[in-house]
Amino acid sequence: MRIRAQFALVFNLDKCIGCHTCSVTCKNVWSNRRGVEYAWFNNVESKPGIGYPKEWERQDKWQGGWTLDHGRLTLRQGGRVKELASLFANPRMPEIGDYYEPFTFDYNRLVNAPLSEAAPTARPLSQIDGQTMDKVTWGPNWEDDLAGPFADRSQDTNFADVERSIYADFAHTFHFYLPRMCNHCLNPACVAACPSGALYKREEDGLVLVDQDRCRGWRMCVSACPYKKVYFNWESGKSEKCLGCYPRVESGLPTVCSESCVGRIRYNGIMLYDADAVERAASAPQEKDLYQAHLDLFPDPHDPAVIAQARLDGVPDSWIDAAQRSPVYKLAVTWRVAFPMHAEFRTLPMVWYVPPLSPVQSAMEQGRLPLGADGLFPDVSALRIPLRYLANLLAAGEEAPIEAALKKLIAMRQWQRARHIGAAQDPAILAAAGLDAAQAEEMYRYLAIANYEDRFVIPTSHQEMSREDPHGFQGMNGLHFGNDAGEGTPTPDLFPRRRTHSAEPEFPLAWLPRRKTGKSS
Amino acid sequence: MNLNLLLFGVYPYIAGAVFLVGSLVRYDREQYTWTSYSTQLLGSRRSLAWGSNLWHVGVLFIFAGHFIGLLTPAFQWLRVPPVAHQWIAASAGVTFGLLALAGGLLLLGRRLGNSHVRAAGHPSDLFILLWLLATLGLGLATQVVTVPNLLAGHVADMEILSRYLKGIVALQPHPGLLAHIPWIYRLHLLFGMTLFLVFPFTRLVHIWTVPVNYLWRAYQLVRTRPGMGE
Repeated sequence: MRIRAQFALVFNLDKCIGCHTCSVTCKNVWSNRRGVEYAWFNNVESKPGIGYPKEWERQDKWQGGWTLDHGRLTLRQGGRVKELASLFANPRMPEIGDYYEPFTFDYNRLVNAPLSEAAPTARPLSQIDGQTMDKVTWGPNWEDDLAGPFADRSQDTNFADVERSIYADFAHTFHFYLPRMCNHCLNPACVAACPSGALYKREEDGLVLVDQDRCRGWRMCVSACPYKKVYFNWESGKSEKCLGCYPRVESGLPTVCSESCVGRIRYNGIMLYDADAVERAASAPQEKDLYQAHLDLFPDPHDPAVIAQARLDGVPDSWIDAAQRSPVYKLAVTWRVAFPMHAEFRTLPMVWYVPPLSPVQSAMEQGRLPLGADGLFPDVSALRIPLRYLANLLAAGEEAPIEAALKKLIAMRQWQRARHIGAAQDPAILAAAGLDAAQAEEMYRYLAIANYEDRFVIPTSHQEMSREDPHGFQGMNGLHFGNDAGEGTPTPDLFPRRRTHSAEPEFPLAWLPRRKTGKSS
Repeated sequence: MNLNLLLFGVYPYIAGAVFLVGSLVRYDREQYTWTSYSTQLLGSRRSLAWGSNLWHVGVLFIFAGHFIGLLTPAFQWLRVPPVAHQWIAASAGVTFGLLALAGGLLLLGRRLGNSHVRAAGHPSDLFILLWLLATLGLGLATQVVTVPNLLAGHVADMEILSRYLKGIVALQPHPGLLAHIPWIYRLHLLFGMTLFLVFPFTRLVHIWTVPVNYLWRAYQLVRTRPGMGE
């Protein structure tokens, strides 16, 4: 066992109101410059829908993620030789039209137009070539709130094994929001696909980043990511992606999308996982076993043996403490109400989702839904969103874990409703869903109240551990003697660098041979 | 100093020095600009797929052909007679030259015809494509001289060119050798040498970092904190 820490998130879909605040704050911070106007490191989709980029979930089309080749984990887009043979033209690369053509409007026209009878109009302009666009025909949230014909939206792959035509008419339609960002996977396909080794996972917090100096624009990561969350910057010729807001996270702050979430649906926390078992978990023979295999990667952070191993593997005590108080661990492992999206992609994503209970009040009042034991809350199988659909999205088609989670969420509501109206609380309802009163109260605190300090348990990074000579780095973290902002990856220096280390010896035997540092593994 | 000496005795070393030192300086100081500057995202999938594959395959074979045929004694080792050697060179060169030409023209059409690519591209992208196409066109045009000579059984020009290039690489230049070589070969040489001169200032630098080590490296890369070691 080798313990690593992973920064992870949970999104509570039951409370997402689709306000797009997360997307907008993210865009303003990270991707509002030239070349990535079309890129939304965070976006919110309306489900059912084909999403952004179009039909990203269809791996028969994009060949993203992993597959098993005679039991061995291989990239679905092809092995190493095939990948290098695709360098000249990547056959699975999405094009700008699969996302949308980024546009602005000719606002100047409103001010500069000559006097005329009709009011001047600001026509849309392409942000790539500046030309007037006849018509804007697609955007990052074109299907927002179920816009567009059902025939188009129902191409959604999560309708597999669901009689989709039933959901075409207004009375039976259903809808929920699906916020998406980089999953900072435990088994990232983008990292594995990068021919030049520019993408990497950070050991200390598991964030998946693109080394902008090493990226050569081979584009394999863009197609390999089954979530289509690596974007190609057409101006810089390099890939860019969600950074997990690492400058904030390192300081103990939540990601900007999480911080700004008005619905308090986002949770940030630390998960300890067994790095040696990742490949085995991702290679589970049956897709339906992937969820359980994924869960099995997370040892109990209170177990003394796990703590001892984590210390041995260099996880700081403050991180172990954070892992013990992690909201992600509670929701995903303890209560099992949060699930990794599309486990069948085999990347072991680390953004987990609490499935939505559909708003069903009016349907219940009209007597169209079978109700549960108390006659107040609907039976889980009668929820408006078909269980099968949620299972396809969140549990590789397995309905049982989703049903169990929805039952817990309903039972918790029944319990709290009884308390708030002063009725008798029936522990049998909780017991039927596998909960006890204490758990129901704590779940209520985490899911309904969702206090800031419960949602975000983020230890600060240990910068003192990140360099061998912290004393020599003193005063180097701002303006720097070089043409880069920081130390970066050491490359052969053609021109003499100013020294970056202290003048006094780092330790008395500095002339002894030392182990090399800064290499990747 | 006469013009021939300047162009074929001095210029190759200027171009070569700029090629090597320029590449090194850019690698050292400008990693962020070191990329293929792919425009695949911006559309015209079919012309890119055909154009880029034809172009790269054609150009790679042409490069290998020039290197092996002109700079190494491979054909002598294989005991291929000089005329046969030149027939192989000419037919392979024309075949892959035409493939590359078709691909390059497709790419040029895409670069000029797709307004996104036109707007996003840097002027140097268009320049280097045009220059490569011109060099390629001149290379194909040399066959107008080469093939009739071969039919007549003459390979003297090609052997002189090979000796000249070997001399350049061995730092023993003999620019005088080219005095009586048809002008089309010399023009092709000048265009080719200029490619080396401009190489470090264009997207061509991506050639230096062809990711061959992907074939054997581990799939997953985890970067440790510099101080932690492994």
